[in-house]
Amino acid sequence: MDARVQVPKQARRGEVIDVRIAIKHPMETGFRYDVMGKPIPKNVINSLLVTYNGAEIFRAELGSGIAANPYLQFSTVAEASGELRFEWVDDNGTRGEERARITVTG
Amino acid sequence: MKTRYPRRRVIATLAGLAAAPLLPARAASPAGPLAPLIEKITGGAPLQEGRVRLEIPRLADNGHSVPLKVAVKSAMTSSDHVRSITLLSERNPRPLMAIFHLGPRAGRSEIATRVRLNGTQRVLAIAQLSDGSYWSASAEVEVTESACLDAG
Repeated sequence: MDARVQVPKQARRGEVIDVRIAIKHPMETGFRYDVMGKPIPKNVINSLLVTYNGAEIFRAELGSGIAANPYLQFSTVAEASGELRFEWVDDNGTRGEERARITVTG
Repeated sequence: MKTRYPRRRVIATLAGLAAAPLLPARAASPAGPLAPLIEKITGGAPLQEGRVRLEIPRLADNGHSVPLKVAVKSAMTSSDHVRSITLLSERNPRPLMAIFHLGPRAGRSEIATRVRLNGTQRVLAIAQLSDGSYWSASAEVEVTESACLDAG
């Protein structure tokens, strides 16, 4: 699954940084029908976990009320240089992952 | 006979119209269709109004994707922070839209996303703080083109 994450490449220690992620996904509600009139089964990204150097900093449980191609924005304190890791899974069990590196100075 | 518009009344009316959008969003009344779900979320703890700011357009042309932002008044320290933010919709077939878990490492208690809204309705944001209290804000959103979540 394609995703775009936005994390500043550099930050000062202690700085609050914005983190954004947009994942390409239909977030199928389960209430729609295909052209043959067959119901399209529900398939949404139901959870997203974000860790910073291995420690959880943000977690989301999502439902069909979240728009297609889910976009999330939150913040975190830049504590140390390292990696932010984003992991998500949809109702079909398909997993996705994205990483972003950050250099913390000062 | 010439129609007369008393100047004072006209001015008062205009002033009233200008002030209207500044009125606070309607109180998050625990009654209504969301009451059982709210009870489940808070575990029966009182849901207080305040500390939460919900930014969402009052008029959404398209219910498929409505941007919203939630900000909670909190120091975001290890002893005083926001644990979670829950988004509820009054008229979606599945009213629970999302739960976001955050902690003191967030630095700032603010999240943004885009939601689907099945028609004109009230949207509610509930924040759980580290002391176990629940706070909320709500906003009425008029949706001209619904997200068509309903079956059929």
